[in-house]
Amino acid sequence: MEKIYLDNAATTPVRKEVVEAMLPYFTESFGNPSSVYQIAQMNKKAVDDARETIANAIGAQANEIFFTSGGSEADNWAIKGIANAHKAKGNHIITTKVEHHAVLHTCEYLAKNGFEVTYLDVDEFGMVNPEDVEKAIKDTTILISIMYANNEIGTINPIKEIGAIAKAHKIPFHTDAVQAVGQVRIDVKDQNIDLLSLSAHKINGPKGMGVLYIRRGLKIENLIHGGAQERGRRAGTENVPGIVGLAKAMELAYEDFDAKIEKMTKLRDKLINGLLESIPYTKLNGHPTMRLANNSNIGVEYVEGESLLLLLDMSGIAGSSGSACTSGSLDPSHVLLAIGVPHERAHGSIRLTLGSQNTEEEIDKVLEVMPGVVQRMRDMSPLWEQVVKNNK
Amino acid sequence: MYSEKVMDHFMNPRNVGEIEDASGVGTVGNAKCGDIMKVYLQIEDNIIKDAKFKTFGCGAAVATSSMATELVIGKTIEEALKITNKSVAEALDGLPPVKMHCSLLAEESLHAALWDYAQKNNITIEGLKPPVEDVHDHDHAHDFDEEDAN
Repeated sequence: MEKIYLDNAATTPVRKEVVEAMLPYFTESFGNPSSVYQIAQMNKKAVDDARETIANAIGAQANEIFFTSGGSEADNWAIKGIANAHKAKGNHIITTKVEHHAVLHTCEYLAKNGFEVTYLDVDEFGMVNPEDVEKAIKDTTILISIMYANNEIGTINPIKEIGAIAKAHKIPFHTDAVQAVGQVRIDVKDQNIDLLSLSAHKINGPKGMGVLYIRRGLKIENLIHGGAQERGRRAGTENVPGIVGLAKAMELAYEDFDAKIEKMTKLRDKLINGLLESIPYTKLNGHPTMRLANNSNIGVEYVEGESLLLLLDMSGIAGSSGSACTSGSLDPSHVLLAIGVPHERAHGSIRLTLGSQNTEEEIDKVLEVMPGVVQRMRDMSPLWEQVVKNNK
Repeated sequence: MYSEKVMDHFMNPRNVGEIEDASGVGTVGNAKCGDIMKVYLQIEDNIIKDAKFKTFGCGAAVATSSMATELVIGKTIEEALKITNKSVAEALDGLPPVKMHCSLLAEESLHAALWDYAQKNNITIEGLKPPVEDVHDHDHAHDFDEEDAN
């Protein structure tokens, strides 16, 4: 059976060109970039070139790019590093209720250690209101951390406006751009961003590789202590193949960008509209237009998300859900609850996220399979029984 | 993450449906928590002749409902009372730890249906307790301590 992978917000396949770019750095070019001999110096150049490529892709300078083990480390470093470096000035952090756990749990950790955290509400689409950010600022505010785009519902925040507010108040502004990179044009200078987290495996790069962009001159403490790598700010021998792979993935992500995004947006809307039209009692979660080109998230009433995923998997379709049963906890997605989706519908949400490899035929197949899958679960559901009785 | 048996009972659930004029009907769980089980029993001469279910829930919830109805058919009421969440889970070759509460719902819904039968017929079933208001309130165990996870 042909597999249709629609969980690209979770991770993506590494592109062939990326693998090819990485391969030499596992074997012949294995040297440690910190060493003086030639084999090693070639690798230092590879790391420098990669840094330049990534900086160019987001409007930064090469010396503002710091390699990390992924998005979670970048988020941890940005938040803990700024909090610790600026605690003499204050202890207040502003973030939102819909952040990724790498941000939320880091803030909760700091809250246990003497910091005060404001978790901003979002609107029904999951968007942050810049006015709310301004209102939350206190004399003691030392960091604003707001995601560029949401990983579950794809809503894109007004980052430039929020950044301008942070800048006017001279407060460092961090954005978790793990989902946005490769789908949105990013210019850290123009968009007033002081710190930005990104991850390679969301853009057809390798897992275990990320970046924290830190605006030049910004005071931040180290997270990983040790050797003098990354100009003394992030210790650990460079993951040279990963770095090269990330740079290649970045380059490819922004190649022929507008046409790619236009095509993906069309596929996304075909998927969303097709599902909403063919399945009764469904609703789009997130913003209809200010949303990532790859993201669809549909609330399906009277069924539970995990069972939908299992049945879809049997048809070769891979997706994800905000149901409690897929999160390992008892509560459904904190993002869906924050945008006001009732528990009942949050359990039945399904997220299908596109990648560059997906085709229109695959979307047609999903639209063909999904109504039957939903009906099969509804026929088994005592809640649906009630709906049918009420409609008679 | 699921055993083959769980997947079999999820993909081909036994005894889905309703029984008209059932001897006893039990519903436990709620939509807020993401799982509801409704069990119908047909009881004649102290023997459970038939059982049907409807379930809103995850793969484990559907599979445990299916298995519980299969286990209970043909049993006497006294034997049926001995079906526990553990025996349902074992019959399915085990459940992931985080899904054990689903098997508890299966046990509770059987008990709730038997309780309904006892109420309707004005009899007392030895060892049967009234159904709890919400099974999630008193036992919906986390498999890890949230304090440790942070």
